[in-house]
Order: sequence, then structure tokens, then C-alpha cells
Amino acid sequence: MINVKYFLICLAIMAGVTYLVRMLPLVLIRKKITNRFLRSFFYYIPYAVLASMTIPAMLYSTSSMPSAIAGLVVGFILAFFERSLLTVAAGTCLAAFILELIL
Amino acid sequence: MNKKDVKKGLHDGLPIGLGYLSVSFAFGIFAIEQGFAIWQALIISMTNLTSAGQLAGVTLMAAVSSFIEIGLSQLVINLRYSLMSITLSQKMDSSVTTKDRFFISIFITDEIFAAASSYDHVSRTYMKSLAILPYIGWSTGTLLGALMGNILPASIVSCLGLAIYGMFIAIIVPPAKKNKAVLGVVLTACTLSCIIKYTPLSNIISDGFAVILCSVAAAALFAWLCPIKEANDD
Repeated sequence: MINVKYFLICLAIMAGVTYLVRMLPLVLIRKKITNRFLRSFFYYIPYAVLASMTIPAMLYSTSSMPSAIAGLVVGFILAFFERSLLTVAAGTCLAAFILELIL
Repeated sequence: MNKKDVKKGLHDGLPIGLGYLSVSFAFGIFAIEQGFAIWQALIISMTNLTSAGQLAGVTLMAAVSSFIEIGLSQLVINLRYSLMSITLSQKMDSSVTTKDRFFISIFITDEIFAAASSYDHVSRTYMKSLAILPYIGWSTGTLLGALMGNILPASIVSCLGLAIYGMFIAIIVPPAKKNKAVLGVVLTACTLSCIIKYTPLSNIISDGFAVILCSVAAAALFAWLCPIKEANDD
């Protein structure tokens, strides 16, 4: 288990920051953002975050890299053909699991 | 209480709650794999309600990262909620008091935003009814995932930990296929994060800051190169 004191401080920071980014605009700002750069930045940031969190960290998240690569490849193919969230996730796990069995 | 708004909210919230079951299940497993206790995984989900932020949070905590890193990573990863809040703020009708706004803020997620923003105006009753089932789904899924993570053998848990990355791939790839700017954002972010990981830069830049730097740089670059159309009113 993660150290309880350290955990509780981190939890308070995480929950606090996440709450503030949601709450402050909802309570304080009641008019539209018109700045085009900012609007675009906010539009792109989720994709940038998810991409940089996945590559290359995903490759190191199983017990051996080949299984993670198998998961990545199968997940990519399923996502490319626009399968549902659940199908892509299941395919990713299954591919990794099969490779771990083989190796 | 407006019964029609309760029904409308629950109706819109049900598919979101069901979807959250699986994503948070993946998060629960991931957290156990990273060495968290069941109650820790659950309380993170109940107080944060955000997938990417929570994943980054547990990864950083497992590596015993600094408080600044944890706070900054949440700020960058979750900053998009600010834009959603600004948009929603203008759609809330006069039934929504300032006190309601403090409460509703807990539940602003991508999917809840998507559902609420499809209307011209939303009431306090609608917003609260909309939020209930996703919140229950998110918490329950995390608990179930964490329980399974403790029961299943380590080799299976390690593979199931990939589920959350699989979901990220499912979110990124289809829009990147259709929109060249999104593709550019994704490729730039991946390239930058690989550059940091595989060069001596990794000695100075920790994982949390790497995500912050890469995503801000990629999003800012493309906001400058390919700004979205003005008509795109989300």
C-alpha cells in the first residue's frame, strides 16, 4: 500500500486542483472565451495529454515489452476501424495476455 | 423539482454511467497493480472523477513524485474542464444558484459536458440528475476493478492494466484519422515524449513534467499552426 500520509496529501492536492479548474470558471466566468488561440489550445489539449501519457509509458506497463507492443498494435488496429471503447480495451488486454502465454 | 428534468437527466446519464463502469474498472485494476490499497483506489475515484488525471496521479504517486509535480500535472491534464465549465456556465438557466454551481462543479467530465451542452439551457435539476448515475458508475467500477485486481493472478492483472491505455487509444485514433490537425497534435506529443524518454533529458525531466511539457507544447504548436474554425461552437 502507498504510504497513507503521503497518499492523503497527494489526494487532497489532486482533488483540490481538479475541483478548482472545474469550479472557478463555472462560478466566476459567465461570458464566452473568444480568443481563437485559447479555444484551439483547449480543443487540442486532451488529445495531446492522452497521446503523451500513452507513448512510450504503455510499453513499460506490463511484465515484458513484447506483450505491451502486441497490445498497442491490436488496440491501434481496432481503434482505427472505430470499434467501441470496450472492444479496443479488451483487444488490447487479450493480445498482451496471449503473447505472455506464448513467451 | 421538475419531474421531466429528473427523467431527462437520468436518461442521459445512464449510458454515461454504464460506460464509466468499464473505464473505472480498468482504473481500479491499474491502481492495484501500482501498489494502491482498495480504499485508496476508491477514494481517488470518488473525489476526482477524471480518467486521465487519475491515471497520471497514481503513476506519479507510485513513483513518490513531488507535490508540485502532482498538482501541476492535474492542472494541465484537467485544464480542459475549465473550458467546458465556461461553456456550461452560459447554458445554466436562472434555477441554478451560485451554491448549485459549487456543487455541480464536482461532476464536470467530458461525457457529462457533452450531454449537457447538447441543450440550449439546462436547469439545476437536470444537471444533478444527469450526474448521479455516472458518479455511481465511476465509483462502483473502481471498487470492482480494485477487488478483481486483488483476486486475479499478477500476470493477468498486468495485462488488464493495459485496458486503460487501450481506452485512450480508442479515444485518440478515430479523430486523428479524420482530422489532420489532431493527428499532428498526437504525433507531436508522442514524438516529444519519446525524445524525453530516450535521451539524457529523462535524467532532468521526470515523467509527470514530461507529460505536461509534451502536451502543452503539442497543443500550443497546433493552436498556432491550425486554429480551429470560429464556427466550431462547443
